[in-house]
Amino acid sequence: MKIGTVLRACVAVTAALGISLSAQAQDKKTSIKIGFVTFLSGPAAGPFGVPAKVAAEAIVESLNAGKAPPPYQSKGIGGLPIELVIIDEAGGATKQVSEYRTLVQRQDVDVVIGYIGSGDCLAVAPVAEELKKLTVLLDCGTPRIFEDASYKYVFRTRPHATMDAVAATMYLLDNRPAVKRVSGINQNYAYGQDSWNDFEATIKTMKPAVEIISSQMPKFGAGQYGAEISALISSTPDVIHSSLWGGDLEAFMLQAQPRDLFKSAQLVLVAGEPYLHRLPGKIPDGTIVGARGTNGVFAQDSPFKRWLVEVYKAKAGLEPNYPAYSTAQSFLGLKAAYEKAMRDKIGSAIPMGAAKNVKEEMEKAYSPPNQEEIIAAFEKLTFDSPSGKVKMALGKGHQAVMGTAYGTTRFENGVVKVGNIKYYEAERVTPPEGVTSLDWIKSGFKRPN
Amino acid sequence: MKLDRTTIAIGVITVGLLAASPLLPKWAMSLLNVSLCYGTVVLGMMLLMRTGLVSFGHGLYYCLGAYAAGTVDQMLKLPDMALMVAAGAAATGIVAAILGLLLARYRDIFFAMLSLAFSMILYGLLVKSSALGSTDGFNISAKTLFGVALVDDARRYAGFGITVVLTTLSAFALNLYLRSHRGRLAEAIRDNELRVEYMGASVRATIHLHYVISAVLAGIGGALMAINIGHIDPEMTYWPQSGEFVFIAILSGTGNVFAPLGGALVFETIRSFAYEYSPNTWQMVLGITMLVVMIFLPGGLWSLLQRRKPA
Repeated sequence: MKIGTVLRACVAVTAALGISLSAQAQDKKTSIKIGFVTFLSGPAAGPFGVPAKVAAEAIVESLNAGKAPPPYQSKGIGGLPIELVIIDEAGGATKQVSEYRTLVQRQDVDVVIGYIGSGDCLAVAPVAEELKKLTVLLDCGTPRIFEDASYKYVFRTRPHATMDAVAATMYLLDNRPAVKRVSGINQNYAYGQDSWNDFEATIKTMKPAVEIISSQMPKFGAGQYGAEISALISSTPDVIHSSLWGGDLEAFMLQAQPRDLFKSAQLVLVAGEPYLHRLPGKIPDGTIVGARGTNGVFAQDSPFKRWLVEVYKAKAGLEPNYPAYSTAQSFLGLKAAYEKAMRDKIGSAIPMGAAKNVKEEMEKAYSPPNQEEIIAAFEKLTFDSPSGKVKMALGKGHQAVMGTAYGTTRFENGVVKVGNIKYYEAERVTPPEGVTSLDWIKSGFKRPN
Repeated sequence: MKLDRTTIAIGVITVGLLAASPLLPKWAMSLLNVSLCYGTVVLGMMLLMRTGLVSFGHGLYYCLGAYAAGTVDQMLKLPDMALMVAAGAAATGIVAAILGLLLARYRDIFFAMLSLAFSMILYGLLVKSSALGSTDGFNISAKTLFGVALVDDARRYAGFGITVVLTTLSAFALNLYLRSHRGRLAEAIRDNELRVEYMGASVRATIHLHYVISAVLAGIGGALMAINIGHIDPEMTYWPQSGEFVFIAILSGTGNVFAPLGGALVFETIRSFAYEYSPNTWQMVLGITMLVVMIFLPGGLWSLLQRRKPA
């Protein structure tokens, strides 16, 4: 059979390809190879994954050209150009662990930046530790990563999700102290459940008189919310809490609006900020919106924000949204750590003349920092990002904290504007080191002095 | 007992893989690991397919095996690889024995849909249980093998070793069973149930038994995957996962116990390189592979090897 022979040859070629690729030789370091993992397919690709990918490409181009504002003006990272390898995050944690191993062991990347799904972050972190590879988690929100374990090679340059609920409650109670009846609609998966549990615990701690009347948990990607909207209407809440995002949020808003759900109830969208541009007309005035950290409309003007807006707009034609800010933060955090490691090395080198082997010592001091040195510089680092100052304060210096903000929407001339913006410093809305989020909330936000 | 070629080949491959393991590049070892875990699940699918049944819900047992292993690690604090796999096999065996009472009555699309329904029930339950991490799942970490503590590289080799040994043992046992009196009933049932009943064999009992065997194999595969990957989540019983097992089974063919193992390896290799070289279209690469195999090789990849033998 001819076709049989062809197919047999195909199988052989596939096998041979695998073997030959593994035999590629390694040259001297002329670039920094970064594996970037983000959703390129599936429901999270549109709202999160692809904007993150576009941002990564735009940021890397700009960094490699040396066009970022100081202190990030050096080319690439520490003078070495960045080489990006992008792979898809879709397919679940099992595949992501396999692909992570591939990135590190077959592609031989220097650093891995990525992961939006909390399950993927949880799964990949111990593997990073096993393979001893510096890994910067891009955007996942679960506080479990550094609260349940501690890692040496894993960093997260984004704050975790607890502050979404804590700051939302503070904002709500500041602006509407008379609130009595609260309902919620959140997706039935880990992030939706955590969001609601945090919010419920926070509001009960801060204002025990508030009544929680109804918690709707439609499944992830449900698309139809008729029954949930009926249940919310009949529960007559003052306030509705929701962590819906992406297509689910759009569908819910579209279906709830004609049924006058928001006539009597104020909506709190803890993850609403990235969708404002997609929801004009569907988002009622007076909706409280936020997103984890001071991104997008909440980001205060700075050279870093202007830089991100410029490079992202040039590539995508849109204002950068939340995942674009996350991506910028991870690349700038890594760059800051790497360059600090370089400076630390030179700073701690033996002074000229004092050493016996001046030439060797200087060569050593000016060689690119190794992974251990980068990690030492990364821990407890403070750096500037388009969203503001970022401190690697939790998880023994591996987990970032930053302030966050909430605002209220107002529809004006066809665009959604956010007014009455309030900022919350990191210390007010994030648990201290060594205390899990839920314990911290239930303790009444206690903080050791 | 006269050894057939398959048995000898299984022995050679087991020894070969174990001996070659220190020489393999690390990524190849983890690729083999994942393929063998999938292969074990697909071995069970192969048995069902030979019996004329396609299960669209084998993720149920794959996931159950993994969660049983996770329970042994997290709740009982006994992170032993052997114990974890045994728990996976036992839990799936029990559940399959009960569900089999119902499922063994159904054939064709009804069997496929019912098995899918059960797997989605488990998915729904797991997503609702915050204590088990909901959709995020949880990490597990096997620290011993038969009570011997393992660190760093030893753990990796032990994980690989137990996967190779259990997968090939499963293949060996299944091969033996398929050549036994009852095992040969599988194809007879697929071809004509009525005739099998007239010969005095119980179709329902055989199907029930095959269902349990395939479930236990899936449970072992799931537990091994949990050990090797170190993380489990409800995605393991979501329908695309079950679909993937059907995909690999069709890709492989049902000609021999080697077909599922080889098919899983080909599938994983293609997927892994597609992820790397076409990150935006890796699903399409797999789809095209499937189409090509279905059009030109209706008997699966195994038929490539079979044609060499005189009929």
